[in-house]
Amino acid sequence: MQLKSRHLLGLEGMTKEEIHLILDTARSFKKVLERPIPTVPTLRGKTVVNLFFEPSTRTRFSFELAEKRLSADTVNFTASASSVLKGESLKDTIQNIEAMRIDLVVIRHKAEGAPYFLTRCVNATVINAGDGAHEHPTQGLLDMMTLREKMGKLEGLKVVIVGDIEHSRVARSNIHGLKSVGAQVGVCGPSTLIPREIEKLGVTVYPHIEDALQEADVLNILRIQLERQKGGLFPSLREYRSLFGITKERLDRTARDITIMHPGPLNRGVEIDSDVADSDYSVILNQVTNGVAVRMAVLYLLAGKRAKF
Amino acid sequence: MSKAQQSYPVQIEQLLLQGGRVLDPQVNLDKVTDVHIMNGKIKKIGKVDAKSFKGQIVDCQDKLIIPGLVDMHVHLREPGREDKETIETGCRAAMAGGFTAVCCMPNTQPPIDSRSHVEFIKERSEGFLVDVHPIAAVTKGLQGEELTEMGDMTDGGAVGFSDDGWPVKQASLLRRALEYAKMFGHPIIDHCEELSLSEDGVMHEGFVSTGLGMKGIPSISEEITVARDLLVAEYTGGPLHIAHVSTKGSVRLIREAKKRGVSVTAETCPHYLVLTDEAVRSFNTNMKMKPPLRTDEDQQALIEALQDGTIDVIASDHAPHAIEEKETEYNTAAFGIIGLETTLGIVMTHLIAKGLITLEEMIQKMAVNPRKILRLAECSIQVNASANLTVLDPNIDWTIDKTTFYSKSRNTPFDGWPMKGGCLGVLNKGQLFLNC
Amino acid sequence: MTPLNGSGEIGKGLSMKNILLVDSTGGFLFSKIGKQSMKVKSELMDGEGITRTLLRLTHEILEKNKGAKNLVIVGIRNRGDCLARRIIKHIEEIEGVQIPLGILDITLYRDDFQRITDRPLVQETDFPFDLTEKRVVLVDDVLYTGRTIRAALGALIDYGRPALIQLAVLLDRGHRELPIKADYVGKNVPTAFGEEIQVKLKEVDGEDKVLLLGPD
Repeated sequence: MQLKSRHLLGLEGMTKEEIHLILDTARSFKKVLERPIPTVPTLRGKTVVNLFFEPSTRTRFSFELAEKRLSADTVNFTASASSVLKGESLKDTIQNIEAMRIDLVVIRHKAEGAPYFLTRCVNATVINAGDGAHEHPTQGLLDMMTLREKMGKLEGLKVVIVGDIEHSRVARSNIHGLKSVGAQVGVCGPSTLIPREIEKLGVTVYPHIEDALQEADVLNILRIQLERQKGGLFPSLREYRSLFGITKERLDRTARDITIMHPGPLNRGVEIDSDVADSDYSVILNQVTNGVAVRMAVLYLLAGKRAKF
Repeated sequence: MSKAQQSYPVQIEQLLLQGGRVLDPQVNLDKVTDVHIMNGKIKKIGKVDAKSFKGQIVDCQDKLIIPGLVDMHVHLREPGREDKETIETGCRAAMAGGFTAVCCMPNTQPPIDSRSHVEFIKERSEGFLVDVHPIAAVTKGLQGEELTEMGDMTDGGAVGFSDDGWPVKQASLLRRALEYAKMFGHPIIDHCEELSLSEDGVMHEGFVSTGLGMKGIPSISEEITVARDLLVAEYTGGPLHIAHVSTKGSVRLIREAKKRGVSVTAETCPHYLVLTDEAVRSFNTNMKMKPPLRTDEDQQALIEALQDGTIDVIASDHAPHAIEEKETEYNTAAFGIIGLETTLGIVMTHLIAKGLITLEEMIQKMAVNPRKILRLAECSIQVNASANLTVLDPNIDWTIDKTTFYSKSRNTPFDGWPMKGGCLGVLNKGQLFLNC
Repeated sequence: MTPLNGSGEIGKGLSMKNILLVDSTGGFLFSKIGKQSMKVKSELMDGEGITRTLLRLTHEILEKNKGAKNLVIVGIRNRGDCLARRIIKHIEEIEGVQIPLGILDITLYRDDFQRITDRPLVQETDFPFDLTEKRVVLVDDVLYTGRTIRAALGALIDYGRPALIQLAVLLDRGHRELPIKADYVGKNVPTAFGEEIQVKLKEVDGEDKVLLLGPD
C-alpha cells in the first residue's frame, strides 16, 4: 500500500488506510530513534528545503531532526520580514530554490493554501508544515499516533478539541484525520471562536467545558493567543481561564480518566494549569517524541514519488 | 489571419444580414428575415434580393440578430493601470464578447471624479465600434467625503455615479448623493459592503471557509448595506442601482423594496450564477472576487430573482488584473475576474440552454434594462434606427481559451469551460466586427 | 515499475511479487521478469529436506563457534526470521540453552531508493539485547545478488559492534553482485537468469517447500 498523493497538503480526504500506514511506519521509526545510532541511510542524496515563512521553533526542529535521522541533506530558508518587504513573491522564492535541484519542500506559511500554490509552481514534493488556519497535517498525525499508542486504537474514541477553533490549523487537521479513522470529535470554546457551520463537518459543539469533560476520552487543548483578545473575540484571559481553562480541580471533579494533549507551546495558567500539563493525564511530551517519528515516516513515504509528466 | 488583424472592425456602407432570426422584444419583433443596413442605419427589415445587392452580405441562417448588448459594469483600468487593460483592449474584448457598449467604473488612477476625466474617457474611445460610457465617482477621489460635480460630469458624458470597489460608507453621504443625483436622473450605483464585517475576509463565510480556515466575508456584510441603501433610497426617492448582488438575503430585501415602490434596480454577474464557494477549495485565485462566490442556496435565489425581475441586469464586473497579482497566495491575490469575453457564453450555455431564462429575458437584462437605468439612447431594431446589433450563433460549440482573449488580462475562472452559443459579430456606428 | 517489496507484505499470500521477495534487493532486475508468467520447474526441497538441512546448519554453527556461548541469531525479515527461530529451537534441543533472537528489517538500508518510487512497508527491527561483543549469525533464506546482506550488515553495525558476523542461508543460487560469501549454506543451486526460487515456510505460507520456477 502506498500514499495516493505525492504531496502531504492536509488530512482532509486522506483515507483511514493511508493514515494507519503513516502511523505504522512511524512506529517503526520510533524504534530507530531509540537505537544507539538513531540514523538510517535511507534518504541519502535527497535534498529537503525547510521553507518557513512564519516563525516556528518546534515544528522546524522536528522536521530538521527527522530529515537528518534519514540522512537527507537539509537546507533551511527562514523568510525574514525584509525579504517580504523587498517584494519577492513566494513564486519567485520557490522557483529560485528549485533551480538548485531539490526533492522535497517543507513549507510553513501564514496564507491558507500556500502549499497548494507551491505544488503548481514546482516539481518537488511539498509537505505542509502549517498553512494559516487551514491544516497542519503532521501535527494531526502525531496527535493520532500518540493517542493510538496510549489508547490502543482510534476508532470510537471521543476527542474534544478545546480553545480557539476558528484560527486553528491543528484543530482542522485533527478533525479531518480523526473523523477519517472513525473517532468522534467535539469542539469546545468561546462561541466567537467556533467557526460557522462546523457541525456540518460531523463535529459536536460543546459550549461548556463541563459537558465536554463528562463525555471526552481525550482533550486536545489549543494555545489561546493574546491577539484574539485584542481582536475583540473574547474579553480577557482571566475570563477565558475561568470558563475554559483545564485545571486539576476540574479534572478531579469529573473522576474520569481523561488524556490531555496540547500541541504547544503552553500558556501555563491560562488554557492549561501546570499540574495538569505535568500530570499522568498528560501525554504532551510523547507528542513531541512522536513528532519526529511521524515526520520521518512522511518523508520516507513521499520521498521518491515523482511528478508525472 | 492573425488575431491582431482580425481585431479591428471594418466600416461598411452597405450590409445585408441575410436570413437571420431578428429578435427585439421592445418592438415585438421576432421573425426570420433579412436586415439591410446602409451607412450605419437600418434601411429595411424584410426580404432583400441578394443577387442584386451591392455590398457585404453576412449569412445569418440559424443565427440571431438582437439589439446590441451593454455591459454596464466593467473596469477598463485606463488611466493608471494600462498594463492590465486599456480602453482600446477593453473595447476589443467587448466586441468579441458581443457587446456594443460598456460602462466603465471610475476607480482608475486617478479616479474619474471630474469632467475632464470623463471627457478623457470619451475622447480615448472616440470612433470605436463599442460605445464607452463613463460612470463617474460619487465622491472626490473615491474618498467617501465630498460629492463630485455630478452635473458637470453628466454634461461631459457620465451616465451614472459609483465609488465601486468601495461602498458609499456614510449613510448621510449616500442620502445627499441620491438627492443630488435625482436632478440628473442618473443612478447612484453602490457596491454594497459593510467593511467592518468583511474585514480582511477573502471568501464567503460558511461551511467551506470553516473547512479551509480562511477568513470569511459574511452574507450580512452585503445585506446590511443593501438594507441601508434601500431605506435611504426609499426616503429620498433617488435612483439607486445595486451592483453585483450575490446573496439570497439581498435578493429578498430588493424584492420587498421593489414591491413597496422604491426606485431601485439591481444587477448580478455570471460567476455568481454558475460558481459557488465550493470552487475556492481549489485555491485558484481566479475564484476570488468581491463580493465572494456564495452558496448553492444564494445561487438559486439569484436565478429566481432574474426570472421574477427582481434583478434587472446581468453585468460582468470585468476586473482585469496582472499575472503577478493573481499568481500568488490566495490571501494576497487581488479581488476580481475578467468577464467581457465569457459573459455571453456563460449566459447562453448555463441559463438559456438550460431553460432558466429566455432569450427575450436575456435581451432585457443585457441590452434593454441597462440602457433604461443609465438613460442611454434607446436601441431597437426598426427601420431608420441606428444599426446597433449583436449577432449570436446559438449553436456554436466552443471552449473558453484565455490565451485567445483580446483583453490584456487572463484572470478568468472559466478557462477550458465548454460553451454552447456565442457571438458571431457586432455592428455599431456603421462598423462591423465578426468573430472568426 | 513496481519494485519488489523486499521485506514487506508479510502474510499477504503468494502473489508473483511475493515469490520474488526471496532475495529482495536484487529487485530491480527481477521486476521485469516478474511480469512474465512463471511455472514450477522442480521441487528443490520438501518439508523434511528443509528440517534436515536446518539441523545440519545448526550443527555446523555450533561446531564452528565451539558451542552457543555469546552466540546470537539474527533473521532477516520476512523468511530469514522464521528460519532463525527454528535454528534457535534446534540449538536449545542440542545444547539446552536458549539463545537470543534478533529480527532485522533492512528496508531502510536498501541501496535502490534513488530508483524506486513506491515505498516498501517499514517493519520493526527487534533486538532485545546488546550486540556488542556478540558472535552474530545472520540468517536468510536465499543468497542471490548479496545486496540484502550488504544492507543487513549496514543495519547491524548501527546497533552496535559485534565480535563477528557470520552468514547462514538455506539456499545459494549464485549471481552475486557484491563480494559476499555465506559461512553456512544449506544447498547450492545453480540457476539461470529468469529463474526464481520460491521458499515457502509454514509460519508464513502454511507449508514447507522450496520450488524452482522458470519462465513459461
